[in-house]
Amino acid sequence: MQVTDKLVEDLANLSRLSFNEQEKEEIKKDLQKMISFVNKLNEVNTDGVEPLLHMTDAVNVYREDIVQGSMRKEEALLNAPAADGNYFKVPKVIKK
Amino acid sequence: MPIPYEKYEAVIGLEVHAQLLTKSKLFSGDSAAFGADANTNISPIVLAYPGALPMLNKRAVEYAVKMGLACGCSIEHTNYFARKNYFYPDLPKGYQISQHTTPVCKNGFVKIRTANGERDILLNRIHLEEDAGKSLHEVDDRNTSLDYNRAGVPLIEIVSEPDMHTAEEAFAFVTELRKLVRYLGICDGNMEEGSMRCDANVSIRIKGEKELGTKVEVKNLNSIRNVKKAIEFEISRMIELVESGGKVIQQTRSFDASNDTTFSMRTKEEANDYRYFTDPDLPPFIITEELLHAIRAAMPPLPEELVRKYRDLLHLPEYDARVICDDAATIRYFELLIQTTTHAKAAANWLLGPVKSFLNDKGESMDEFTLDASSLATLIELVESGKVNFSIASSRIFPVMVEKGTADALEVATELNLLQNSDAGDIAQWVDEVLLGMPEKVAEYKKGKKGLIGLFMGEVKKLSKGKADPKIATQLLTEKLEQR
Repeated sequence: MQVTDKLVEDLANLSRLSFNEQEKEEIKKDLQKMISFVNKLNEVNTDGVEPLLHMTDAVNVYREDIVQGSMRKEEALLNAPAADGNYFKVPKVIKK
Repeated sequence: MPIPYEKYEAVIGLEVHAQLLTKSKLFSGDSAAFGADANTNISPIVLAYPGALPMLNKRAVEYAVKMGLACGCSIEHTNYFARKNYFYPDLPKGYQISQHTTPVCKNGFVKIRTANGERDILLNRIHLEEDAGKSLHEVDDRNTSLDYNRAGVPLIEIVSEPDMHTAEEAFAFVTELRKLVRYLGICDGNMEEGSMRCDANVSIRIKGEKELGTKVEVKNLNSIRNVKKAIEFEISRMIELVESGGKVIQQTRSFDASNDTTFSMRTKEEANDYRYFTDPDLPPFIITEELLHAIRAAMPPLPEELVRKYRDLLHLPEYDARVICDDAATIRYFELLIQTTTHAKAAANWLLGPVKSFLNDKGESMDEFTLDASSLATLIELVESGKVNFSIASSRIFPVMVEKGTADALEVATELNLLQNSDAGDIAQWVDEVLLGMPEKVAEYKKGKKGLIGLFMGEVKKLSKGKADPKIATQLLTEKLEQR
């Protein structure tokens, strides 16, 4: 798989990131390396092996429907980059 | 030239999101209740703090399975959650936890009824997922404000096949779904408050064609009526567009309730790339046969089954059976009634007659009705045994009983002196008085105008203030008229 400018641009768009030309070249190189690394795994014959979706055999890890564990609003908003006493704030996400 | 609308057929698929009535969220213990102060039902799991781990709410799974069973779906044995990745501030994690390759319910159908009769609308799937937070754009000029109370609230998404062809069918489909979720008690079905939401996929094609046309997704349908209006508008818009040489483009449109039209929100050039993958934080859950049995056993009989039961076993007219089965509260009440009285038809008449009109007058719904079913049953028994007539019972005794909430009809009737008089002596006196007062009518009767018996009966009723037992009165009237 070839990492093209378009792929980097698409991924940047999906993650809401932006890169300048120089960064883009570096990212392309890094991504290409990652892909080669993961491609190595393709050399292993996995015929008849079910995909491993979880690292443990745990199933049915349920919680009862009980209300507990909420944090105080003040405490929650404390970690927000921007907040007003009630809401988390982000740059406007719709155009007027 | 008139536009040949009838040349085209619309194809409609619906996606309905229903918030489950659990106490807590799908993967955290925060309250799932609507209407709390902003950002008070949130936790490190909702806010995606590093290391916070989601844990599945068992009840949400049971509710989803209930819905699947009610719709005749096949239930997935081994279920995985998937991350649906998108970057938007309404979910702090950067992804929504949903089900992708293994929806908990597959296939199934919802029975609808329209002017064209009964039809099963095929379902594609029902899956579990978490709701997103709420973005408020008006609170602040420069920023979007976020309330994460709704983030993580459990939803089921019910996806139909593109199996509907008219706005009426879509209307009937959403109506049936809402009835069903309410009846099962898994969602309050309140579209205005957003606890049930509907998106419609609409396309058109020339009748007879097999291939689907380009579809448009219509959002923001916050009532069942708007579902219908939006689809009606969209079908006409598309046909007019195509007839005038245009081409339908794939886009997302929003319904504007102020003028019943839709407008373009965004045009999709390519499918969103959600990069689904299995959520490693959530181990799979397995719907075992035992769990399935337990859920099935705890389910009330479905409205469709009850319609059949009322029609075939209790011999109610189909119409009455359907009206009773229209909402859960009426079903519950009727079920209680028929536990205490064997007069099912009379019970249905009472429910659909005096009870419904009492509630209509007050603008109340069945679950606000205060007279308990066993009390109403005593009144039904009283009328059926001939101790009071129906009109006295409904106009005089019923209101007093409703006032009391719990009451014995016989006691109330005795107190109000409304019990029917079966004493032949008393009735004979009333009969005599009536006949003496109307010699001309009696003569006409003797000449063969037998229909006058109704008039005499009416007079006896009046004279006795409704208390004369009608059977005895009729018998005495006939006898005495023959003797004259």
